[in-house]
Formats: sequence, structure tokens, C-alpha cells
Amino acid sequence: MSKITITIDNQQIQVENGITVLEAAREAGIEIPTLCYHPDLSLAGSCRVCMVEDINSHRLLASCVTPVTDGMQISTRSAAARRARKLNVELLLANHPNDCLGCGRSGSCELQKLAADMGIDRKGVDRFAGQKRKRAVVDQGYSLKRDPNKCILCGRCVRVCEEVQGVMALDFAGRGFDAIVTTAFDLPYSEINCAECGQCSVVCPVGAITEISEIDRVWAALDDPDKFVVVQTAPSIQVSIGEEFGLEPGTIVTGKLIAALKRLGFDKVFSTEFSADLTILEEGYEFINKITNSQKLPHITSCCPGWVKFAECNYPDLLDYLSTAKSPQQMFSTIVKTYYARQIGVDPASIFTVSVMPCTAKKFEKARAEHRDSGFQDTDAVLTTRELARMIKELGLDFINLEDAEYDQIMGEVSGAATIFGTTGGVTEAALRTVKEVLAGEGLDRLDLGLMGTREAQVEIAGRTYNVAVVSGLSNAAKLLDEIRAGESKYDWIEVMACPHGCIGGGGQPIPGSFDTKARRAKGLANIDQAKQIRKSHQNPDVIRLYEEFLGEPLGSISHELLHTSYQARDVR
Amino acid sequence: MKSLVELRQLRSEIDNKQAAAQLNLKAKIIVGMGTCGIAAGAREIFEAIEEELQKGNSDAVLTRTGCIGMCEQEPLVDVQLPGGDRVTYGKVTKDDAIRIIREHVLGGAVVEDKAVARCITGKQQTGHELDQQARIPTYDDLDFYRKQYRIVLANCGRINPESIDQYIAVGGYEACAKALTMMSPEAVIAEVKGAGLRGRGGAGFPTGLKWELTRKTPSGKKYLICNADEGDPGAFMDRSLLEGDPHRIIEGMIIAAYAIGASEGYIYVRAEYPLAIRRLQIAIEQAKAYGFLGKDLFGSGFDFDLKIKKGAGAFVCGEETALMASIEGKRGMPRPKPPFPSVSGLWGRPTNINNVETFGSVPWIVKHGAEAYKAVGTEKSTGTKVFALTGKVKNTGLVEVPMGMTIREIIYDIGGGLDEGKELKAVQIGGPSGGCIPRDLLDLPIDYESLRDAGAMMGSGGMVVMDNSTCMVDVARFFLKFTQSESCGKCTPCREGTKRMLEILDRICSGEGREGDIELLEELGNHICHTSLCQLGGSAPNPVLSTIKYFRHEYEAHIKDKRCLANVCAGMGGAYVIDQQTCIGCGLCARVCPTGAVSGERKQPHVISEQLCLSCGACAQKCPVSAIVQA
Repeated sequence: MSKITITIDNQQIQVENGITVLEAAREAGIEIPTLCYHPDLSLAGSCRVCMVEDINSHRLLASCVTPVTDGMQISTRSAAARRARKLNVELLLANHPNDCLGCGRSGSCELQKLAADMGIDRKGVDRFAGQKRKRAVVDQGYSLKRDPNKCILCGRCVRVCEEVQGVMALDFAGRGFDAIVTTAFDLPYSEINCAECGQCSVVCPVGAITEISEIDRVWAALDDPDKFVVVQTAPSIQVSIGEEFGLEPGTIVTGKLIAALKRLGFDKVFSTEFSADLTILEEGYEFINKITNSQKLPHITSCCPGWVKFAECNYPDLLDYLSTAKSPQQMFSTIVKTYYARQIGVDPASIFTVSVMPCTAKKFEKARAEHRDSGFQDTDAVLTTRELARMIKELGLDFINLEDAEYDQIMGEVSGAATIFGTTGGVTEAALRTVKEVLAGEGLDRLDLGLMGTREAQVEIAGRTYNVAVVSGLSNAAKLLDEIRAGESKYDWIEVMACPHGCIGGGGQPIPGSFDTKARRAKGLANIDQAKQIRKSHQNPDVIRLYEEFLGEPLGSISHELLHTSYQARDVR
Repeated sequence: MKSLVELRQLRSEIDNKQAAAQLNLKAKIIVGMGTCGIAAGAREIFEAIEEELQKGNSDAVLTRTGCIGMCEQEPLVDVQLPGGDRVTYGKVTKDDAIRIIREHVLGGAVVEDKAVARCITGKQQTGHELDQQARIPTYDDLDFYRKQYRIVLANCGRINPESIDQYIAVGGYEACAKALTMMSPEAVIAEVKGAGLRGRGGAGFPTGLKWELTRKTPSGKKYLICNADEGDPGAFMDRSLLEGDPHRIIEGMIIAAYAIGASEGYIYVRAEYPLAIRRLQIAIEQAKAYGFLGKDLFGSGFDFDLKIKKGAGAFVCGEETALMASIEGKRGMPRPKPPFPSVSGLWGRPTNINNVETFGSVPWIVKHGAEAYKAVGTEKSTGTKVFALTGKVKNTGLVEVPMGMTIREIIYDIGGGLDEGKELKAVQIGGPSGGCIPRDLLDLPIDYESLRDAGAMMGSGGMVVMDNSTCMVDVARFFLKFTQSESCGKCTPCREGTKRMLEILDRICSGEGREGDIELLEELGNHICHTSLCQLGGSAPNPVLSTIKYFRHEYEAHIKDKRCLANVCAGMGGAYVIDQQTCIGCGLCARVCPTGAVSGERKQPHVISEQLCLSCGACAQKCPVSAIVQA
């Protein structure tokens, strides 16, 4: 690409031909407000908030979709440009509830920020007052809530669902002022193809799509003296929740997280990394069984509930390829209400299990009918990273200055292999560390496959080479699944994470989550792994004890009963 | 079909056949069966004639044609006796039809009181019939046709649109044969560029330039699309053309496809045009059978295939990027340009989109040359333009005029002016994207630039004549309501802004307008024009902005005096009163009053009760002597 010269706000700059005016301005350090624009998605040009003026023609241009041309002269600060941007925000506010005080996105809302930045006062908010959209809030199901009245129709959710996830659960319907983002035939998420991954809630600039909150249920359990409340936190939470308190993405706050949870009143605090180690043993041996008995491959991971629902909806014929091992969240809760309850002498009926997840689909997973192997609903409540942060803020805890605390015993040890579960490729690396050692008695070099899309590696174990694929983002996953369906897959092992970049980019993570943010979270997890003395799941002493005292052996009869599950084809639209 | 020579042979065979039919001395009856004719009852007339012919044991040939443009006179029936002139009968009832068969077809005497015009085709007329025919004006004698210049509509109402032979007989497909066998694609483009043809869909982009851009984009596959998603309220040019002369459009498309190098074409036509779709289907089948569509056309090695895609009736699908999304099976929503369709269009391939009338002009240009076309119209707007003339004008219908003709000529010379006692107030041109032009500007020449500068636009060619009984605020509201509900909802200014404008207009029209509302409408209107994603939003405020520009006093009367000068907006201002001197006591007002507020003896001046009056204005509209005014 050749370079061309353009002028933005009297500043002459050389830019690549082919980029947009918005990109050029940002390269020059000039910020133009945007709303429908999202760096990870295709361009829509629909909100018209990024208007700038072409000085030569006096035309107003949407900078996010206008390519630069040689000699172009742009003003981002002309009266016409400023007025146009402001008026479009005022028009959006005229059809918005403007009830910021009662909105979960207050503080992280992009519309609120734009209005404040542009100095839109009460008069500006009211000047176009008239009819507002009045639709029922959609909150059936377990994971996601849609408030159409807050929607500003930027279409980011529609694009992420189609372009990144290939699910297409959401689209525009209706015309003109009645236009709305909705599901096919307005059906609830449970009856459509939705994977409940929550990426829509992460890209939503306002409070139109949010997780269904379980904060009240968790507080009620904590307030109940008869409840013994046990909490587990997913591996990625320790490197992302700090962002909610002003820390840089990837800052490791494990000790403060534990301390905060204890201050909130949880009776016992654990990490899901413990059961991730357990998952590795169960799933690792499952894979060893498959390859030694020449069963059909590829083996496909199943710890991501968004992916599992996607497979159930779209690839019901391939469910046999999925590992039957439960996800770490579900293994943990099952073990808490069986083994752990017995060990500490607490009635499992009084135990309330909470998990803190980077994920909205986990809320759906916990409610699946299969997950009652302990005799009770195994997991009682799931909080996203964002929800837990809200609870901490509610108590006014000075999170950054909390004194580090440690996980409780007897399931407090975790391996570095379990930590990297939180990023795409982590499960694979963790599993292969164990598989290689069991089969060949030797360690595995770091695979370090990166974060983007589909990656593959060849791993040599005991004289045989295995083709391994790691994929995140469901539209990427679908391609690999199509290969299997066509009988053309060359892989022996496939790890699928629904969300791009894995759990660090999960639908329940702090907002916003750009690629850069996610990469820094991933780095945080890698650093923890490297610093760990125990870096292989099968070396976790608490897990070893669990097998000795309770489970017997991986894939044994108790394991089979408590730690494995089944899947169902879903007939959806 | 391999060459122009072969086509000419076919034409002379058809000519001979028709001459032979002529010699067979069979009478011909032709019923106007465009949608306008059918709506006026042409189907029943057709059946009645069929029945009558059977009864009379006549061997006369009964056939159909498309719209000739005189919609006012529908249903139309033409009779042509062997050797005689083709006589057109207007406003034909079933009884008239039977009379025409008995007296003219069977009896040989023209039914003079129903005859509207005649077309000189007779060669051997004698005696009584000749005298009689002389008393009937020829088409060229009629004001309605004299000033028209029919290039695109030349065959409409003249030939049977379901017969490819009739199209060939009038020289059809010769332009396409010429282009494919004697011209290079570049030469075709040069001809169209030279002719100065501009897009008839409204915006007026130079057609030849568009073709050239598409031709120059390298790609293994290109598409050609005919935009027949005519959706303006009151516009029916494209429909009439497709119904009346579908082969002309197909021929224009073949030439365009050859010029740009497209192997596949789509005609995107709204599903609400079933007759146009049927006639297109018939025409495409016939063109395939004759070798005008398919592989290796005219031995040139050029392949072209044509498909019809039915639109689901969204106005926004007339916008080219939304139209392409619709063909691709997606929701019809526009996307930002660039990239333009000529670079990345249908399924990401270079695509050329033109309107029906644009394609309709192409065969004439190729056949007669750029110079001949340029001789018609003005320097920057060459050729002709078809308008759908409607509203408060005597001769409503479809007219084709040279560019540069004044609005006054169209309305008064062709349209016959307004009814007795009615005064022209404004002309709405260009549909919901256009604007209202006031009486003072009637001498404005019709061309792209003049109309744009006056705050209207060519649009697809709707022309609605309005008299003093029209409230300009209400008109603006009508059009804005249309665009508002047809907005796709994608971009903020169009979705939210037009809604707010409509709310303001609603309150002005119901007497609740506020100080500052006009300025707010102007601010919003200009904002929406300049910041919308596509031209639906970009032109949606035009009816409002142009009426404010020329009829600001009407807005002010609504807001400040709570008065609607045309007595259209109900419920405005104070009670109505009857001028006792003028009232003739006819009682019409009392009959229409919804609240029984009017009382009075027959033939005596009536009075309105101030307490009961709702200010709806129904009485004032009915009063034959304009005795009722708002207090």
C-alpha cells in the first residue's frame, strides 16, 4: 500500500492509502467519538456519531467508513461537525430511558460518556422529547437479559454474533422508528441457536444486553446463617477483575480476590483451577483411552458451555466426539457437595455453591438438568467477573489495598497447567503435559500457540505424532466441525473455546475488552503458570489425595458417576 | 440469432405475416390491459367483447396492449377495421363495448360519441367511414400527445407486450443486434456517454460513466441489475413501461451487459407488480427462445442470462446497496459507499445498477446515435423524461416530454390545466424524496439541476398537481410519514430524526404547534439530509424543507393563528362561522357536520353553534359558495 498525504485539523500527515479517516485521525492522535464502531467488527457506519467535515466540499462524512483520499482536508473540530455529532447523540437520547441511576452500565456506558463529553445538558436531552420505544424486557432463561428500550441500534451485538460467533441469534427487525434488535420470531434464547456466550453483552455500548444478575441470590445465601456458602473463582478472574478497580489488564490480584471474597462473607474460598486439574486427569485419561483403543478421533474438549450448546444446536451428529468430562465448574461443585462436605462434616443440603466466572453461558450450564449428580443442584449460583466487582464495590472495599489472603484447604492447591485454562490453548497444553508424561514419561515443551483464531501443532508422544488444533470463536470452530462432518479432518485433538481468545475474553469479563486488553490478561496467566512450582495437573497433591481418599482412579466408577456428563441434540431455529 | 441480417429477415417474415392477416380482412380489437386499464374494469370489458364477438359470429381478432398513458380515459378499447384507421374509444363501459362491436366492428360505423382519438393507419378508406374518421382527432391532434416526445413509451399502448413478434415488427432488438455485431463494448459506452444519458432513477448520474467504471473494474464475474423497485406514492412510470413494453427493457439490458461485460442480470421488481412480473417472465422466455438471451448472442461469444427477483415491498430496497442485500437474501439495509457497486456490488462483484427508464432509453440511443438523442432535451439533461401526472389536473396519466420543457407546459398544455374554478397552488415533483414547487416557479424547465436548485428533485418522475384545497403542511406530513415508516432504521438521523420531525408536524397540524417549531424542523431537516447513511434519509426532509421554503406562511398560520388556510387540518383554532350574505341555504354543511352544530331553514342562511363546533372544517370544505370561514 502506498502512502498518501491528508490534512486533519490543519495537521498534515502521511497515511497508508486504504485506511479510514477515523484510523488516520487516531494515528495522528486526534480522537473522534464513535459508537457503532468496534475495532474487532466490520464497519457499519450507522450511528453517525463520528461525523467530520470535508473542508473542500463542506460535506459531512462518517469518518469510520470514509476511506482517505490523497489531498483530503478534514476538520474534526468545525462547527458543522461538532453540531452534527452532538445532534445525533441528542436524537439517541430522545429515544433512550436516560435512567442512568438505575442502570447496571452506568459508568461504563458509552452513550453516557458521549453525552457528558459533549456537554449535553438537560435541555439537550429534552429538546426532541417525544415517543420512546416501549418494549418488554426479555429476561427468560439463565444467562442474558435484553432491554430493547435501552438499545441504540448500533448493531455491534448483531455483528459480533454473526461475524465472530457465526451464530446469528440476533438481527434487526421492523422498520423506521419501530426497528429493533431481536431474535428470530422474538423467541427466547433458550429456543434459538444462541450459545449464551455473552459476547453481545461485552460489545454493547449501553445497558441493552447484560447478564441476568444473581447478585441478590448470592447475598441472600450469604445472609442466611443456615447456609454454608462456598465460592470458586475461574482461573482468568485473577488477571481481569483488577480492571474494575482501575488496575492495568493482566495485573495478578489472586490474593486480593481471595481476601475480598472472604470479606464478602463466603465461608470457604477456592479456585476452579483445582478442578481444572481434575478435569485434565479425567479428560487426559479419556484421550489416552481413545488413542490406545483406536477409538474415533478427534477428541474435542467440552469445558466451555457456550461451545457445548453451540454443538448441541448445530452439530448434534458430532456430539460423540466431545469429551464426557464435566467442566471444571461442575466438577468442583459436585466434589464440594460430596467429598468436601463429608470431609469437613457439613450437611451438603446446607451448602450453597457459588462460582465466579468470566462467562454468561456458565449460568446456563449450572441449570442444566444433568448437573445434579451430588443429589442437589451442583452449582447454585454463577456470578460474572462484573457482578462480583459490583458486590465488592457495594461494600466499599478498598480492593487494591486489601491484604493478600490464601485459598482454603483441602482443595487449595492448584497447578500452573490449570491456570492457563483461562486462555485459548491452555486446556490443550495442560492436558498434553499430563498425557505425554503418562504415556512417555517425559515433559512437554511450551506450545504457546498464540491467541488468534485457529492454530495447530504437531505433538510427538511416545513415537507417534498427533495433530492438535486449538480454536476460539465459534465461527472458526464451525469450520473445523464442518471438516469432521465431511470426513476430512486431520486432527486428533481439538480444543474449542466459544469466546475469542478463550475465557480471558469471556462474555462476563470487564468492559471494554479490546484485543490488547485480552492479550495482557493472557500474559498475566502465563506469568502465574511460569512462577508455579507445580505445573502439571497430575502433580497437584490435593488432587492426588482426592483420588486416594475418594475417587479411586481417573475414569473409575465414582469418577464416571460424578465427573462425567452427557449431551443432548437441541431442536432450535 | 446470429446477425442483424438474420433479425431483419425475421422482421420481414413477421411483416409479411401481418400483411397477410391484414389481407384476410379481419377486424382487430385491442383492449388496454395495463394495471390502470384493469383497475378501471378492462378485464370485464375484454370478456364482454369476447362474448359479443362469439354471439355475432365475428372472426375479429381480440388482443391486448399496455398503457398508452391516457389513464384518465381508461378503460380504452381500440378498433381497427381492415384498411381503416385505428380508433381509440375511452371510458368504455360494458354497454359501450357491446355497442362498439355491433356498430363499428360488425356495422362499420364509428361510435363517434365514445371515440377519443385515432391513429392514422388506414390505406384504403372510402365513403362514410372516411368522413366519420375525419371528425375524430388524430393522436397528434390531442393536446395530451402533441407536446409529448415518445422515445421510451413509443410502443406502450401500441403493441401487444406479450408478443415478441410485434416488438420485432417495430424494429425491436435491432439496436441490440447492432451493438453486439457491429460495435465494441467501448464503442457502446462511448455512444451512451456521448448521448449524455443520465440515471432516470432520480439522482441523474451519467449512465455511460457508470458503465465505464464497471467495465474497468477487473473481475471474472460481473452483474447487471435493473432497479424496478418503484415505490414512490403516485408513481407508476416503471410499472407501465414493464407492462407495456417489456422487451425494450430486456434489449436495453442486453446492450448494457455487453458494454460492461456482465454475464448475469437481475430485474428487481416489487411483488406488488404482478402483471409486470408476468409480462417480464413471458418476455424473457420469448427472448430466450429467439436467442436474444443465453449463450453466444449474435455469434459474438457474449453470454447473458436474465432473472427476475421479486422484492418484498420495502421502499428502501430501491436504494442500490439495500437492493443488492435483498437479492443476496439479507435484510434490505443500505451500506456505506464507497465501495460503490461498480467496484464491489452483488456478492462482492462489480455490479451496474440502472433504473427501468434508463434501460428503456438505451436501444433508441444505440439505434439512432448519440447526436440524435442529444438533440432532444437540454445541454446537461438530454433526452426525454417520463412523468406520472396526477392530482388536481384534468388529463392525468403517463407523459413523456423532452427535458427542458417547463412545468407549466406539462400541466397546462399536456395536462389540460386544472378543473374550472380551481387554482394551482403547487406541484410536488419527485415523490417522498422530492419537493413542492410553487406557482411562481411554473416556468422552471424540467432538468436535473433546475429541480435540485428549487429544492425538489427529478426523483423517479411523480408529478402531483395541487390546488388551493391542499394544505402544504399536511402534504409535507404525508410524505414524511411515508419515509419515516419506510426508513430501514439503521442510521440515527433517519430513524430518530424523521420521527421527531413527524411529531412536530403532527402537533402543528393539530393546532399545537409551538414557537420555534419551524426552526426546529429546518435544523433537523438539514441535519438529516447531511448526515444520513443513504439517500432515503438524505432526501426524506425535502418535502418539509421545500414547503417551509415556499409556504412558510402556512406553517406560521398553523402555529400562530391556529388556522389551516386550506381547511384541511381538523380541529384547529376557533369555531367556523357562516357568512349570512353569501349562504344560499343548501344545507350541505348541516349534513356533513359531525356534531350537529349547523342549523337553519332550507334556502335560508344557516348558523353554526360556537359551543358545538369542533373546528374540523368539514362544512367549509363542502360549502359550494365558500360562505364558511374560521372565526
